[in-house]
Amino acid sequence: MPATVITITSGKGGVGKTTTVANLAVALALEGSRVVCIDGDIGLRNLDVILGLENRIVYDIVDVIEGRCRLKQAMIRDKKFTELYLIPAAQTRDKSAISANDMVRLVKELRSVCDFVLIDSPAGIERGFRNAIAGADRVLVVTNPEISAVRDADRVIGILEAEEKGPASLILNRLNPALVKSKDMLSSEDVLDLLAIELIGIVPEDENVIIASNRGAPVAADGKTKAGQAFRNIAKRLKGETVPFLDLDAQGGLWERIQRMAGRK
Amino acid sequence: MEETRSLLQIKGLRDGLLVALDDAPWEEQHAALIAQVDAQPAFFQGARLALDVAAQVLRVNELVELRDQLSERGIFLWAVISESPTTEQTSQLLGLATRISKPRPEETRQFSVDDLGEETALFLNRTLRSGTRVEFPGHVVVLGDVNPGAEIVAEGNIVVWGRLRGMVHAGAKGNARATVCALDLSPTRLRIADEVAAGGPGREASGPELARINEAGNLQSEFWSADR
Repeated sequence: MPATVITITSGKGGVGKTTTVANLAVALALEGSRVVCIDGDIGLRNLDVILGLENRIVYDIVDVIEGRCRLKQAMIRDKKFTELYLIPAAQTRDKSAISANDMVRLVKELRSVCDFVLIDSPAGIERGFRNAIAGADRVLVVTNPEISAVRDADRVIGILEAEEKGPASLILNRLNPALVKSKDMLSSEDVLDLLAIELIGIVPEDENVIIASNRGAPVAADGKTKAGQAFRNIAKRLKGETVPFLDLDAQGGLWERIQRMAGRK
Repeated sequence: MEETRSLLQIKGLRDGLLVALDDAPWEEQHAALIAQVDAQPAFFQGARLALDVAAQVLRVNELVELRDQLSERGIFLWAVISESPTTEQTSQLLGLATRISKPRPEETRQFSVDDLGEETALFLNRTLRSGTRVEFPGHVVVLGDVNPGAEIVAEGNIVVWGRLRGMVHAGAKGNARATVCALDLSPTRLRIADEVAAGGPGREASGPELARINEAGNLQSEFWSADR
Protein backbone atom coordinates (compact mmCIF):
# COMPACT_ATOMS: atom_id res chain seq x y z
CA MET A 1 0.00 0.00 0.00
CA PRO A 2 1.52 3.33 -0.96
CA ALA A 3 2.23 5.71 1.90
CA THR A 4 0.19 8.72 2.94
CA VAL A 5 2.30 11.86 2.95
CA ILE A 6 1.33 14.29 5.70
CA THR A 7 2.85 17.73 6.19
CA ILE A 8 2.58 19.42 9.57
CA THR A 9 2.70 23.20 9.38
CA SER A 10 1.49 26.29 11.26
CA GLY A 11 2.62 29.63 9.90
CA LYS A 12 3.67 30.91 13.31
CA GLY A 13 6.73 29.43 14.99
CA GLY A 14 6.82 27.82 18.40
CA VAL A 15 3.31 26.37 18.39
CA GLY A 16 4.54 22.78 18.49
CA LYS A 17 4.97 21.55 14.90
CA THR A 18 8.11 19.56 15.58
CA THR A 19 6.74 18.15 18.83
CA THR A 20 3.60 17.12 16.97
CA VAL A 21 5.58 15.39 14.22
CA ALA A 22 7.69 13.49 16.73
CA ASN A 23 4.68 12.41 18.76
CA LEU A 24 2.53 11.42 15.81
CA ALA A 25 5.45 9.43 14.41
CA VAL A 26 5.84 7.53 17.68
CA ALA A 27 2.08 7.04 18.03
CA LEU A 28 1.77 5.72 14.46
CA ALA A 29 4.73 3.42 15.02
CA LEU A 30 3.01 2.11 18.17
CA GLU A 31 -0.02 1.36 16.00
CA GLY A 32 2.21 -0.84 13.88
CA SER A 33 2.75 1.53 10.96
CA ARG A 34 6.07 2.08 9.27
CA VAL A 35 6.81 5.79 9.49
CA VAL A 36 9.42 8.06 7.95
CA CYS A 37 9.73 11.61 9.32
CA ILE A 38 11.39 14.30 7.28
CA ASP A 39 12.75 17.40 8.97
CA GLY A 40 11.97 20.15 6.47
CA ASP A 41 13.48 22.93 8.54
CA ILE A 42 16.81 23.09 6.79
CA GLY A 43 19.30 25.21 8.68
CA LEU A 44 17.37 25.01 11.94
CA ARG A 45 16.92 21.32 12.44
CA ASN A 46 15.61 19.96 15.70
CA LEU A 47 13.34 17.01 15.03
CA ASP A 48 16.42 14.81 15.56
CA VAL A 49 16.88 16.26 19.05
CA ILE A 50 13.29 15.69 20.07
CA LEU A 51 13.42 12.11 18.81
CA GLY A 52 16.77 11.65 20.59
CA LEU A 53 18.60 10.74 17.39
CA GLU A 54 20.97 13.69 17.11
CA ASN A 55 24.16 11.69 17.64
CA ARG A 56 23.33 9.19 14.90
CA ILE A 57 23.22 11.61 11.99
CA VAL A 58 25.69 10.82 9.23
CA TYR A 59 23.87 11.96 6.11
CA ASP A 60 20.99 14.42 5.76
CA ILE A 61 18.29 15.38 3.30
CA VAL A 62 20.56 17.67 1.27
CA ASP A 63 23.06 14.84 0.87
CA VAL A 64 20.27 12.70 -0.59
CA ILE A 65 19.11 15.42 -2.95
CA GLU A 66 22.60 16.31 -4.09
CA GLY A 67 23.40 12.64 -4.63
CA ARG A 68 26.11 12.19 -1.99
CA CYS A 69 24.31 9.21 -0.49
CA ARG A 70 21.43 6.88 -1.17
CA LEU A 71 18.05 7.50 0.42
CA LYS A 72 18.37 4.46 2.69
CA GLN A 73 21.65 5.76 4.08
CA ALA A 74 20.05 8.98 5.30
CA MET A 75 17.16 7.17 7.01
CA ILE A 76 18.03 6.90 10.71
CA ARG A 77 16.25 4.11 12.52
CA ASP A 78 14.79 5.00 15.93
CA LYS A 79 16.35 3.44 19.02
CA LYS A 80 13.09 2.13 20.41
CA PHE A 81 10.71 1.78 17.47
CA THR A 82 12.23 -0.28 14.69
CA GLU A 83 9.61 0.88 12.18
CA LEU A 84 10.30 4.58 12.74
CA TYR A 85 12.85 6.45 10.65
CA LEU A 86 14.08 10.03 10.46
CA ILE A 87 15.57 11.88 7.52
CA PRO A 88 17.27 14.81 9.21
CA ALA A 89 17.64 18.32 7.84
CA ALA A 90 21.05 19.79 7.07
CA GLN A 91 22.19 22.21 9.73
CA THR A 92 24.85 23.97 7.69
CA ARG A 93 22.73 24.83 4.65
CA ASP A 94 19.60 26.86 4.11
CA LYS A 95 16.18 26.50 2.51
CA SER A 96 17.46 27.23 -0.99
CA ALA A 97 19.43 23.96 -0.97
CA ILE A 98 16.34 22.08 -2.10
CA SER A 99 13.42 22.85 -4.40
CA ALA A 100 9.78 21.84 -4.36
CA ASN A 101 10.50 19.34 -7.14
CA ASP A 102 13.33 17.73 -5.18
CA MET A 103 10.87 17.24 -2.35
CA VAL A 104 8.23 15.71 -4.62
CA ARG A 105 10.80 13.28 -6.04
CA LEU A 106 12.07 12.31 -2.60
CA VAL A 107 8.58 11.69 -1.30
CA LYS A 108 7.75 9.60 -4.35
CA GLU A 109 10.67 7.34 -3.61
CA LEU A 110 9.55 6.97 0.03
CA ARG A 111 5.96 6.09 -0.81
CA SER A 112 6.79 2.50 -1.62
CA VAL A 113 8.84 1.80 1.49
CA CYS A 114 6.54 2.92 4.32
CA ASP A 115 2.95 3.60 5.43
CA PHE A 116 3.30 7.23 6.52
CA VAL A 117 5.66 10.04 5.60
CA LEU A 118 5.48 12.93 8.08
CA ILE A 119 7.06 16.19 6.98
CA ASP A 120 7.95 18.84 9.55
CA SER A 121 7.52 22.23 7.90
CA PRO A 122 9.50 25.29 8.95
CA ALA A 123 7.60 28.30 10.29
CA GLY A 124 6.64 31.02 7.83
CA ILE A 125 5.11 30.94 4.40
CA GLU A 126 8.27 31.18 2.33
CA ARG A 127 10.28 28.69 0.36
CA GLY A 128 10.84 26.14 3.11
CA PHE A 129 7.11 25.96 3.75
CA ARG A 130 6.35 25.67 0.03
CA ASN A 131 8.86 22.81 -0.25
CA ALA A 132 7.32 21.07 2.73
CA ILE A 133 3.80 21.10 1.30
CA ALA A 134 4.80 20.30 -2.29
CA GLY A 135 4.55 16.53 -1.95
CA ALA A 136 1.81 16.33 0.66
CA ASP A 137 -1.38 14.29 0.33
CA ARG A 138 -2.83 16.01 3.34
CA VAL A 139 -1.81 18.83 5.61
CA LEU A 140 -2.24 19.22 9.35
CA VAL A 141 -2.20 22.79 10.61
CA VAL A 142 -1.08 23.17 14.22
CA THR A 143 -2.16 26.19 16.21
CA ASN A 144 -2.33 27.35 19.81
CA PRO A 145 -5.38 28.99 21.32
CA GLU A 146 -3.78 32.42 20.87
CA ILE A 147 -4.99 35.11 18.52
CA SER A 148 -1.62 35.55 16.77
CA ALA A 149 -1.21 31.83 16.15
CA VAL A 150 -4.78 31.50 14.88
CA ARG A 151 -4.31 34.46 12.53
CA ASP A 152 -1.23 32.84 11.01
CA ALA A 153 -2.99 29.49 10.76
CA ASP A 154 -5.78 31.24 8.85
CA ARG A 155 -3.24 32.67 6.41
CA VAL A 156 -1.64 29.27 5.90
CA ILE A 157 -5.02 27.62 5.35
CA GLY A 158 -5.77 30.27 2.72
CA ILE A 159 -2.52 29.45 0.91
CA LEU A 160 -3.21 25.71 1.11
CA GLU A 161 -6.64 26.30 -0.41
CA ALA A 162 -5.08 28.37 -3.17
CA GLU A 163 -2.52 25.65 -3.86
CA GLU A 164 -5.37 23.16 -3.98
CA LYS A 165 -3.79 20.99 -1.31
CA GLY A 166 -7.19 19.72 -0.25
CA PRO A 167 -8.88 20.56 3.01
CA ALA A 168 -6.39 20.92 5.84
CA SER A 169 -7.09 19.46 9.29
CA LEU A 170 -6.51 21.29 12.53
CA ILE A 171 -4.58 20.31 15.64
CA LEU A 172 -5.22 22.63 18.55
CA ASN A 173 -2.15 22.37 20.74
CA ARG A 174 -1.53 23.47 24.34
CA LEU A 175 -5.13 24.08 25.29
CA ASN A 176 -5.54 24.85 28.98
CA PRO A 177 -9.08 23.86 30.00
CA ALA A 178 -8.91 25.86 33.24
CA LEU A 179 -8.04 29.07 31.38
CA VAL A 180 -10.77 28.42 28.83
CA LYS A 181 -13.23 27.97 31.65
CA SER A 182 -12.27 31.29 33.21
CA LYS A 183 -12.57 32.87 29.72
CA ASP A 184 -8.88 33.80 29.68
CA MET A 185 -8.10 31.61 26.67
CA LEU A 186 -9.76 31.08 23.31
CA SER A 187 -11.85 27.94 23.37
CA SER A 188 -11.73 25.26 20.70
CA GLU A 189 -15.11 26.57 19.51
CA ASP A 190 -13.70 30.10 19.08
CA VAL A 191 -10.81 28.77 17.01
CA LEU A 192 -12.93 26.48 14.86
CA ASP A 193 -15.45 29.25 14.35
CA LEU A 194 -12.77 31.32 12.64
CA LEU A 195 -10.77 28.68 10.83
CA ALA A 196 -13.72 26.56 9.73
CA ILE A 197 -11.74 23.39 8.96
CA GLU A 198 -11.96 19.85 10.29
CA LEU A 199 -10.57 19.37 13.81
CA ILE A 200 -8.42 16.25 14.09
CA GLY A 201 -7.14 16.69 17.63
CA ILE A 202 -6.92 18.80 20.75
CA VAL A 203 -3.75 18.43 22.78
CA PRO A 204 -3.95 19.80 26.31
CA GLU A 205 -1.16 21.83 27.85
CA ASP A 206 0.99 19.28 29.66
CA GLU A 207 4.42 19.76 31.24
CA ASN A 208 5.23 16.15 30.45
CA VAL A 209 5.60 17.20 26.79
CA ILE A 210 8.55 19.45 27.62
CA ILE A 211 10.10 16.92 29.98
CA ALA A 212 9.79 14.18 27.35
CA SER A 213 11.13 16.36 24.52
CA ASN A 214 14.19 17.23 26.57
CA ARG A 215 14.82 13.56 27.19
CA GLY A 216 14.53 12.80 23.49
CA ALA A 217 11.62 10.40 24.08
CA PRO A 218 8.31 11.89 22.87
CA VAL A 219 5.43 11.88 25.32
CA ALA A 220 3.25 9.71 23.08
CA ALA A 221 5.44 6.73 24.03
CA ASP A 222 3.79 6.97 27.44
CA GLY A 223 0.04 6.51 27.19
CA LYS A 224 -0.59 7.63 30.76
CA THR A 225 -0.17 11.36 30.11
CA LYS A 226 -3.06 13.43 28.76
CA ALA A 227 -0.97 14.85 25.93
CA GLY A 228 0.39 11.44 25.03
CA GLN A 229 -3.13 10.07 24.86
CA ALA A 230 -4.23 12.99 22.69
CA PHE A 231 -1.42 12.35 20.19
CA ARG A 232 -2.25 8.64 20.12
CA ASN A 233 -5.85 9.51 19.35
CA ILE A 234 -4.78 11.75 16.46
CA ALA A 235 -2.68 8.90 15.08
CA LYS A 236 -5.72 6.61 15.23
CA ARG A 237 -7.82 9.22 13.42
CA LEU A 238 -5.13 9.50 10.75
CA LYS A 239 -5.52 5.75 10.25
CA GLY A 240 -9.23 6.25 9.69
CA GLU A 241 -10.55 5.22 13.10
CA THR A 242 -13.26 7.20 14.82
CA VAL A 243 -12.04 8.14 18.28
CA PRO A 244 -14.00 10.44 20.59
CA PHE A 245 -12.25 13.60 21.77
CA LEU A 246 -10.73 13.50 25.26
CA ASP A 247 -12.81 14.91 28.05
CA LEU A 248 -10.34 17.57 29.12
CA ASP A 249 -12.53 18.82 31.93
CA ALA A 250 -11.98 15.53 33.74
CA GLN A 251 -8.70 17.07 34.82
CA GLY A 252 -10.64 19.52 37.00
CA GLY A 253 -10.24 20.03 40.70
CA LEU A 254 -10.57 17.45 43.43
CA TRP A 255 -14.00 18.70 44.43
CA GLU A 256 -15.33 18.23 40.92
CA ARG A 257 -13.97 14.72 40.76
CA ILE A 258 -15.60 13.86 44.04
CA GLN A 259 -18.85 15.30 42.80
CA ARG A 260 -18.57 13.28 39.65
CA MET A 261 -17.86 10.13 41.59
CA ALA A 262 -20.86 10.84 43.77
CA GLY A 263 -22.88 11.07 40.58
CA ARG A 264 -23.89 14.66 41.18
CA LYS A 265 -22.54 16.03 37.94
CA MET B 1 11.08 31.01 -33.60
CA GLU B 2 10.22 34.43 -35.02
CA GLU B 3 6.59 33.53 -34.69
CA THR B 4 6.71 32.52 -31.04
CA ARG B 5 8.76 35.57 -30.19
CA SER B 6 6.06 37.88 -31.40
CA LEU B 7 3.73 36.49 -28.74
CA LEU B 8 5.77 38.02 -25.98
CA GLN B 9 7.62 41.20 -25.33
CA ILE B 10 10.48 41.33 -22.90
CA LYS B 11 11.51 44.57 -21.26
CA GLY B 12 14.16 45.34 -18.67
CA LEU B 13 12.95 46.87 -15.42
CA ARG B 14 15.00 48.50 -12.71
CA ASP B 15 15.08 45.27 -10.75
CA GLY B 16 14.32 42.49 -13.19
CA LEU B 17 12.46 41.64 -16.34
CA LEU B 18 8.94 42.37 -17.45
CA VAL B 19 7.42 39.93 -19.91
CA ALA B 20 4.24 41.12 -21.58
CA LEU B 21 1.94 38.53 -23.12
CA ASP B 22 -0.97 39.22 -25.42
CA ASP B 23 -4.39 37.64 -25.62
CA ALA B 24 -3.41 34.46 -27.47
CA PRO B 25 -4.46 31.16 -25.81
CA TRP B 26 -2.63 30.54 -22.54
CA GLU B 27 -1.09 27.22 -23.63
CA GLU B 28 0.64 28.94 -26.56
CA GLN B 29 1.82 31.83 -24.45
CA HIS B 30 3.06 29.51 -21.76
CA ALA B 31 4.94 27.34 -24.27
CA ALA B 32 6.39 30.39 -26.00
CA LEU B 33 7.71 31.79 -22.74
CA ILE B 34 9.33 28.51 -21.72
CA ALA B 35 10.80 28.10 -25.22
CA GLN B 36 12.21 31.61 -25.05
CA VAL B 37 13.76 30.92 -21.66
CA ASP B 38 15.24 27.63 -22.80
CA ALA B 39 16.68 29.29 -25.89
CA GLN B 40 18.64 31.82 -23.82
CA PRO B 41 19.28 30.20 -20.45
CA ALA B 42 22.21 32.46 -19.61
CA PHE B 43 20.13 35.59 -20.10
CA PHE B 44 17.32 34.43 -17.85
CA GLN B 45 19.30 32.62 -15.16
CA GLY B 46 18.64 34.16 -11.74
CA ALA B 47 16.23 36.76 -13.12
CA ARG B 48 13.37 38.35 -11.22
CA LEU B 49 10.45 38.11 -13.56
CA ALA B 50 7.21 40.07 -13.65
CA LEU B 51 4.54 38.87 -16.01
CA ASP B 52 1.93 41.06 -17.67
CA VAL B 53 -0.81 38.72 -18.81
CA ALA B 54 -3.22 41.35 -20.16
CA ALA B 55 -6.79 40.10 -19.86
CA GLN B 56 -5.94 36.38 -19.49
CA VAL B 57 -8.05 34.60 -16.90
CA LEU B 58 -5.65 32.35 -15.03
CA ARG B 59 -6.41 29.73 -12.45
CA VAL B 60 -4.23 28.69 -9.57
CA ASN B 61 -2.95 25.47 -11.12
CA GLU B 62 -1.91 27.28 -14.31
CA LEU B 63 0.08 29.89 -12.45
CA VAL B 64 1.57 27.33 -10.08
CA GLU B 65 2.74 25.21 -13.00
CA LEU B 66 4.39 28.18 -14.66
CA ARG B 67 5.95 29.38 -11.41
CA ASP B 68 7.42 25.93 -10.75
CA GLN B 69 8.73 25.56 -14.29
CA LEU B 70 10.37 28.96 -14.09
CA SER B 71 11.82 28.22 -10.68
CA GLU B 72 13.38 25.03 -12.04
CA ARG B 73 15.14 27.22 -14.56
CA GLY B 74 16.42 29.54 -11.86
CA ILE B 75 13.89 32.29 -12.55
CA PHE B 76 11.92 33.89 -9.76
CA LEU B 77 8.39 34.87 -10.70
CA TRP B 78 7.45 37.66 -8.28
CA ALA B 79 4.59 39.50 -9.92
CA VAL B 80 1.68 38.89 -12.24
CA ILE B 81 -0.08 41.94 -13.57
CA SER B 82 -3.49 41.51 -15.05
CA GLU B 83 -6.63 43.31 -16.06
CA SER B 84 -8.72 40.34 -14.99
CA PRO B 85 -9.86 40.42 -11.37
CA THR B 86 -9.85 36.62 -11.31
CA THR B 87 -6.21 36.49 -12.30
CA GLU B 88 -5.34 39.23 -9.82
CA GLN B 89 -6.94 37.24 -7.06
CA THR B 90 -5.16 34.10 -8.14
CA SER B 91 -1.81 35.84 -7.96
CA GLN B 92 -2.66 37.39 -4.62
CA LEU B 93 -3.55 33.99 -3.27
CA LEU B 94 -0.18 32.70 -4.41
CA GLY B 95 1.54 35.60 -2.70
CA LEU B 96 2.63 37.21 -5.96
CA ALA B 97 2.64 40.97 -6.38
CA THR B 98 -0.01 42.41 -8.67
CA ARG B 99 1.56 45.82 -9.13
CA ILE B 100 5.01 46.85 -10.18
CA SER B 101 6.38 50.28 -9.37
CA LYS B 102 5.04 51.83 -12.56
CA PRO B 103 1.26 51.90 -12.24
CA ARG B 104 -0.82 50.71 -15.12
CA PRO B 105 -2.51 53.40 -17.16
CA GLU B 106 -5.94 54.24 -15.74
CA GLU B 107 -7.97 53.20 -18.76
CA THR B 108 -6.99 49.55 -18.48
CA ARG B 109 -8.84 49.39 -15.15
CA GLN B 110 -12.13 50.28 -16.81
CA PHE B 111 -14.66 47.52 -17.30
CA SER B 112 -16.94 47.46 -20.25
CA VAL B 113 -19.93 46.14 -18.36
CA ASP B 114 -21.45 49.66 -18.28
CA ASP B 115 -23.23 48.66 -21.47
CA LEU B 116 -25.50 46.45 -19.42
CA GLY B 117 -27.01 49.44 -17.67
CA GLU B 118 -26.22 47.97 -14.25
CA GLU B 119 -23.24 48.36 -12.01
CA THR B 120 -20.70 45.58 -11.72
CA ALA B 121 -20.12 43.52 -8.64
CA LEU B 122 -17.47 40.97 -7.81
CA PHE B 123 -19.05 37.87 -6.34
CA LEU B 124 -16.80 35.81 -4.07
CA ASN B 125 -18.23 32.47 -3.08
CA ARG B 126 -15.71 31.70 -0.34
CA THR B 127 -14.28 32.85 2.95
CA LEU B 128 -11.55 35.46 2.69
CA ARG B 129 -8.77 34.39 5.00
CA SER B 130 -6.01 36.41 6.60
CA GLY B 131 -3.60 37.84 4.02
CA THR B 132 -6.14 38.08 1.19
CA ARG B 133 -6.71 41.51 -0.28
CA VAL B 134 -9.48 42.13 -2.76
CA GLU B 135 -9.64 45.39 -4.64
CA PHE B 136 -12.44 46.02 -7.09
CA PRO B 137 -13.71 49.04 -9.02
CA GLY B 138 -17.35 48.15 -8.29
CA HIS B 139 -19.34 46.40 -5.57
CA VAL B 140 -18.08 43.35 -3.72
CA VAL B 141 -20.34 40.55 -2.52
CA VAL B 142 -18.91 37.81 -0.32
CA LEU B 143 -20.76 34.60 0.39
CA GLY B 144 -18.63 33.51 3.33
CA ASP B 145 -16.69 35.18 6.15
CA VAL B 146 -14.12 37.94 5.95
CA ASN B 147 -11.58 36.88 8.57
CA PRO B 148 -9.30 39.19 10.57
CA GLY B 149 -6.28 40.06 8.43
CA ALA B 150 -8.27 40.03 5.17
CA GLU B 151 -9.03 43.28 3.34
CA ILE B 152 -11.64 44.45 0.86
CA VAL B 153 -11.38 47.73 -1.00
CA ALA B 154 -14.36 48.47 -3.24
CA GLU B 155 -15.38 51.57 -5.12
CA GLY B 156 -19.00 50.66 -4.48
CA ASN B 157 -20.82 48.80 -1.70
CA ILE B 158 -19.66 45.78 0.25
CA VAL B 159 -22.08 43.01 1.17
CA VAL B 160 -20.95 40.11 3.33
CA TRP B 161 -23.27 37.16 3.81
CA GLY B 162 -21.31 35.94 6.80
CA ARG B 163 -19.10 37.37 9.51
CA LEU B 164 -17.17 40.48 8.64
CA ARG B 165 -14.13 40.66 10.91
CA GLY B 166 -11.42 41.99 8.62
CA MET B 167 -10.82 45.46 7.17
CA VAL B 168 -13.17 46.96 4.63
CA HIS B 169 -13.21 50.18 2.65
CA ALA B 170 -16.35 50.93 0.65
CA GLY B 171 -16.68 53.92 -1.67
CA ALA B 172 -12.91 53.88 -2.02
CA LYS B 173 -12.91 56.58 -4.68
CA GLY B 174 -14.86 58.92 -2.41
CA ASN B 175 -18.45 57.77 -2.86
CA ALA B 176 -19.97 58.75 0.50
CA ARG B 177 -23.23 57.00 -0.37
CA ALA B 178 -21.61 53.57 -0.34
CA THR B 179 -22.67 51.12 2.37
CA VAL B 180 -21.26 48.08 4.11
CA CYS B 181 -23.50 45.35 5.39
CA ALA B 182 -22.92 41.96 6.95
CA LEU B 183 -24.75 39.28 8.89
CA ASP B 184 -22.29 39.95 11.69
CA LEU B 185 -20.63 43.33 11.32
CA SER B 186 -17.56 43.22 13.58
CA PRO B 187 -14.77 44.61 11.38
CA THR B 188 -11.26 45.37 12.57
CA ARG B 189 -11.65 48.65 10.72
CA LEU B 190 -14.46 49.97 8.59
CA ARG B 191 -14.11 52.83 6.18
CA ILE B 192 -16.63 54.46 3.86
CA ALA B 193 -15.18 57.11 1.55
CA ASP B 194 -13.02 59.11 3.99
CA GLU B 195 -14.81 58.24 7.22
CA VAL B 196 -13.03 55.63 9.34
CA ALA B 197 -14.21 53.65 12.34
CA ALA B 198 -12.15 51.19 14.31
CA GLY B 199 -13.87 48.05 15.51
CA GLY B 200 -14.58 47.76 19.21
CA PRO B 201 -13.43 44.66 21.08
CA GLY B 202 -15.83 41.84 21.67
CA ARG B 203 -19.14 43.52 20.91
CA GLU B 204 -21.80 40.85 20.97
CA ALA B 205 -23.26 40.41 17.53
CA SER B 206 -27.02 40.68 17.46
CA GLY B 207 -27.94 40.27 13.84
CA PRO B 208 -27.43 41.71 10.39
CA GLU B 209 -26.22 45.31 10.30
CA LEU B 210 -25.75 48.00 7.72
CA ALA B 211 -23.23 50.83 8.02
CA ARG B 212 -23.47 54.11 6.12
CA ILE B 213 -22.61 57.76 6.42
CA ASN B 214 -25.60 59.64 7.88
CA GLU B 215 -26.77 63.20 7.02
CA ALA B 216 -24.51 64.64 9.67
CA GLY B 217 -21.57 63.07 7.85
CA ASN B 218 -20.79 60.46 10.50
CA LEU B 219 -20.48 56.72 10.17
CA GLN B 220 -23.45 54.99 11.67
CA SER B 221 -24.69 51.44 11.67
CA GLU B 222 -28.13 50.04 12.27
CA PHE B 223 -29.45 46.57 12.75
CA TRP B 224 -31.70 45.16 10.12
CA SER B 225 -35.18 44.19 11.21
CA ALA B 226 -37.99 42.62 9.26
CA ASP B 227 -40.69 45.09 10.33
CA ARG B 228 -39.36 48.19 8.68
